[in-house]
Amino acid sequence: MITKVNALIITGFGLNCEKETATAFEQAGAEVTQIHLNRLIETPEVLENSHILAFIGGFSFGDHLGAGTVFTSRVRHHLGSQLQKFVDDGKLVIGICNGFQTMARLGLVPAVNSEYSTVQAALAHNNHHTFRDDWVTLKGNENSPCIFTKGIKEIEVPIRHGEGKFVMADEKLFQKLKDNNQIVFQYQNSNGEVATEFPENPNGSRDAIAGVCSPNGRIFGLMPHPEAYLSPYNHPHWTRQKQNGTLPEKGAGQKIFDNAVEFVKENF
Amino acid sequence: MLYRIEVSPVDKSADARAIIATEKINEFLNLPVQISYTRDVYTIGADLSRDQVEDISQAICNPIIQEARINEQSAPSEWILRIGFSPGVTDNVARSAANAIEDLIGRKLTNDEAVFSCVEYLFDGAKIEQVQEAGEKLLGNPLIQSIEVFSSEQAAKNELPDHFPQIDAVENDQVDVYNLHVSDDELVRISEQGTLALTLDEMKAIQQYFIAQGKTTERQELGLNSSPTDVELEVLAQTWSEHCKHKIFDAIVDYEDTVSGESATYTSLYKTFIKDATSEVGESVDWLRSVFTDNAGVIGFNDEVDLVYKVETHNSPSALDPYGGAMTGIVGVNRDPMGTGQGANLLGNVWGYCLASPYTEQSEIPEGLLHPRIIRDGVHLGVIEGGNQSGIPYTYGWEYFDDRFLGKPLVFCGTIGTLPVEIHGEKGYEKEILPGDLVVMTGGRIGKDGIHGATFSSEELHKDSPVQAVQIGDPITQKKMYDFIMEARDRNLFRFITDNGAGGLSSSIGEMATECDGVYLDLSKAPTKYAGLQPWEILLSEAQERMSFAIPKEKIKAFQDLSDIYEVEVSVLGEFRDNGKFHMAYKDRTVAYMDIEFMHKGYPRMQIPATWVPPVWEDPVLNDEDAIADFEPFLGRLNLCSGEAKARQYDHEVKGLSVIKPYVGINRNVVSDATVFMIEPLSSEGVIVSAGVLPRYSDVDTYHMTASVIDLSVRRIIAIGGKLGHIAGLDNFCWPDPVLSSKTPDGPYKMAQLVRSNQALKDICTSFTIPLISGKDSMKNDSTMGGKKISIPPTLLFSAISKMDDISKAVTLDSKDAGDLVYIIGETKDELGGSEYLASKGFTGSKVPQVDVPGAIAIYKAVSNTTEAELCKSLHTPAVGGLAAALAKVSIGGDLGLEIDLDKIPQESGLSISELLYSESNSRFIATIAPENKEKFESLLAGIAFAEVGTVTSEKDVKLSKDGACVVKANVDTLLNNYESTLAYE
Repeated sequence: MITKVNALIITGFGLNCEKETATAFEQAGAEVTQIHLNRLIETPEVLENSHILAFIGGFSFGDHLGAGTVFTSRVRHHLGSQLQKFVDDGKLVIGICNGFQTMARLGLVPAVNSEYSTVQAALAHNNHHTFRDDWVTLKGNENSPCIFTKGIKEIEVPIRHGEGKFVMADEKLFQKLKDNNQIVFQYQNSNGEVATEFPENPNGSRDAIAGVCSPNGRIFGLMPHPEAYLSPYNHPHWTRQKQNGTLPEKGAGQKIFDNAVEFVKENF
Repeated sequence: MLYRIEVSPVDKSADARAIIATEKINEFLNLPVQISYTRDVYTIGADLSRDQVEDISQAICNPIIQEARINEQSAPSEWILRIGFSPGVTDNVARSAANAIEDLIGRKLTNDEAVFSCVEYLFDGAKIEQVQEAGEKLLGNPLIQSIEVFSSEQAAKNELPDHFPQIDAVENDQVDVYNLHVSDDELVRISEQGTLALTLDEMKAIQQYFIAQGKTTERQELGLNSSPTDVELEVLAQTWSEHCKHKIFDAIVDYEDTVSGESATYTSLYKTFIKDATSEVGESVDWLRSVFTDNAGVIGFNDEVDLVYKVETHNSPSALDPYGGAMTGIVGVNRDPMGTGQGANLLGNVWGYCLASPYTEQSEIPEGLLHPRIIRDGVHLGVIEGGNQSGIPYTYGWEYFDDRFLGKPLVFCGTIGTLPVEIHGEKGYEKEILPGDLVVMTGGRIGKDGIHGATFSSEELHKDSPVQAVQIGDPITQKKMYDFIMEARDRNLFRFITDNGAGGLSSSIGEMATECDGVYLDLSKAPTKYAGLQPWEILLSEAQERMSFAIPKEKIKAFQDLSDIYEVEVSVLGEFRDNGKFHMAYKDRTVAYMDIEFMHKGYPRMQIPATWVPPVWEDPVLNDEDAIADFEPFLGRLNLCSGEAKARQYDHEVKGLSVIKPYVGINRNVVSDATVFMIEPLSSEGVIVSAGVLPRYSDVDTYHMTASVIDLSVRRIIAIGGKLGHIAGLDNFCWPDPVLSSKTPDGPYKMAQLVRSNQALKDICTSFTIPLISGKDSMKNDSTMGGKKISIPPTLLFSAISKMDDISKAVTLDSKDAGDLVYIIGETKDELGGSEYLASKGFTGSKVPQVDVPGAIAIYKAVSNTTEAELCKSLHTPAVGGLAAALAKVSIGGDLGLEIDLDKIPQESGLSISELLYSESNSRFIATIAPENKEKFESLLAGIAFAEVGTVTSEKDVKLSKDGACVVKANVDTLLNNYESTLAYE
């Protein structure tokens, strides 16, 4: 049991969610370090000293050549072994939006069969081929080993992406992904079912997949932005919630960061 | 050697880019072609081994969804349409590819090595001309891109030429001199030939200055004489441009009002009306920080931060290249707050576009102008990508349609930021330059892009408008620079910062030089994208993503070291001095030497006549039966319908601050009156953003247009739960050329419109206690393309920003629960002039809405009291479209019905249904409240015009009754469908 949990946020090159992601981890009780990728390459021991690593949202290198591509190339060539050790040590990694795209390009997720350096899935262009900003409802998989989403059956969060369509080419791997409950979040429609249609399923993801985790549940990637729902006043219907007495004390996105910090405290 | 890497989708049938392009070509160009798939092609000219290129290909290609080919051209389709950038145009994708390549090969690419990108569309079922047409009209822009069609036979033989638009040029330090000892006609010719936009008077002032200067030994010793160098003449043209010096707003105006018979002479409309209004208001508010002096206006917010706001226009570039022009508009205005005070943090963007109908018939488009649909799509995409990639949410956006924007679209872009109140013991909004400080430039390299942007935008759009005036933004280069600047600011590594916008270094350094009265620059030290730029081109280039700094010598090392981390290019170009001179050199040779005083104050003041003769418009007799039938389809009109399909492509949640979003309601589908965002994560304090624009009112009287846009912006703040007291305004004037000339015989009328607008600006802002903190004018919004003169209607965008102490008091416009009571506050008058309804009937009308300021203030105070007491469950203010549009939106937003008794609406006596429903009278609200709060609510509104007019119903119809009979019954789903379908395309 430790008391001081260190969360590391990599910044730079067009990433842009560092402030709200840092706020989320700080609210959860973690000590947060924000570090530019080039500085982390110069001082990789910072990674060693962290418990949680966040690949945040944004437009690394403008999403040119496909979201996450150029950023991945730099991480793989300069931090590959340190990252592998971080994963081998069972530490936590979360990738949100552009971070998820980067993790998929690195092979960190879904890593079916615990193969952490093979690219198994891609986040392709949305079916509409446009960027989309909207709020979505996600269905949480209660049987998932995901550390970050414990206790979340359903959550509303914003999405903001142009490349979020989850694609896996290998059917056997995909079956295993399902069987292992590595599918963590799926877009949900107003009837409470898995959403197959736009806009509830905003990008055309297979099986409406919005987030997946590694087999051990410690690495988690998702397209939606829980760090953009930390305040109850972020919700598009908060004025209604206030009028009918259902306004929560915190934004629902906070729970994902609370879970991570809590897990580190109890298990490291 | 050259390598070609071709990246194609694995599942070609699901290539969304191909599907969407095909749909657009089919629908928009009416060509029955089919694009089977698209592919990205990278051409790498570098000293690499085949193995290295294999590695690069693997890193670039996503193995799950893409396949790559190296030096192997495939062509399963008839035609290959290739679109890539022309030589010298910024290729952002290639820049990122170069980054990836450098990581893989473990070294930087040399100056002789380069990477270029292009996209290839594979066409079937088309003729070559059709493919070419699709490329030129829809998929590409010949102004900045090469558009080529190849046959499959060529590809099969591996004979596609490489897309490798490298510029091979050698250094060019040529400096020409202009002999100004010539006739007046010749002076005019020199100005016109050089796109200098200088008048004869200005050319003569320059002539006289250099004749006098040529005699000084100082100038002679530097190797110069009485003929200015091209560098000097270009700098003066740029510095004295309408764009930079606002000569029309600074002119002496002889104004005559033929109605009242009064006449007056105003020396500078800007000083007389705008600056004076703010000075007057400044006496009664204590939160003005920095106004009109810096790149953006600064007002106080709380003990921690001040608020910074700037709105710009980027009209002319967007007319030529909508995507590039608009992107440069948004990333360009980002640099204004970034360069304000010691450098602001950027929090939110705003945008607004005045366009012609995207459904205009092709035959109505004068030759040389782009179709408004192409302009709309391009402008949106440019601002979407610029804003999204910069990580700045959009907080407010709007569109306005009128056919007169065919000649020039108006593209407004704005940015809101925060400045720490104190930075290293100094006020965050203050900065200085000391002699001896280094002149430093950061950011993108200099190319020929944007040369003459400032002078070009000071002219009408004509067939010879310069192609190089178009720039392409690179948001990622700028984002890297912004991140760097924020850390450099916090570490106190510079003394002064400003942005490089129109006029490039010439403008930024020229203005900085006034701070300490002198500057010396060696232009050969400026980094260029390619060789061959002449000294004057380096100085005037408007290449994007650059900032200029004054840095104390002892801090330059730390500044440069930090820039290495962020991969931002830093160049030391010279030093600031105090000798009163603007001294430019290229290596050791002086290429410009002028008095700073002359540069900034030496131009002759214009004298412009202005005569107000009110226009005469017919007020048609309207039929109430039509008014009733028109209710349901009315929301489908371009100026009333939903713009959500485009708006959702803009990120409006990044930073996690959004409280009241641009679209509200139970289904998040109705455009909000105003928006609210938190000042920082989890704060209870927020910022309210609103704006107003009503160009058609200008057809009747710009005085009332101006009064109405201010009232509209203010009441939108009230409608969201704000209050009077801490509201600041920004004025952006976009006018047709108002200067009398042979091209503009109606100049005196247009100038009188400008005077009247300014009169109202001062009258209304001082009455509402709203300081004007920043503004801009764009005064040549005319086009003569295709031999047809089109002038825009005089347009004033009024942008308002306000502090909200408690965001939890915010309200949205959508009705909430059946059984709630509906109130209308404020009087409806016989004011259909300039309205959307009359426009729909082909009329203008004479009775334009006016503003009763004391009445409005009483209403706003009372309404604010009801939101402060949390009594309004919904609150909305009618604008364009009057009560008809407003009631429908309240209903759609809540997905509930309404029952309204029209007779109860507070109104002037004797109004017809047409007037009641469609009049656009100012200062009105629609509120819904819980029935139990009736008494409390009404007591707070005592003394102003208001009435309970009906109820919210669960039955989904809007029912309006008159004299006890239901006259309108409109289904909410039908209303919604009408609201959404007009601009449903993404």
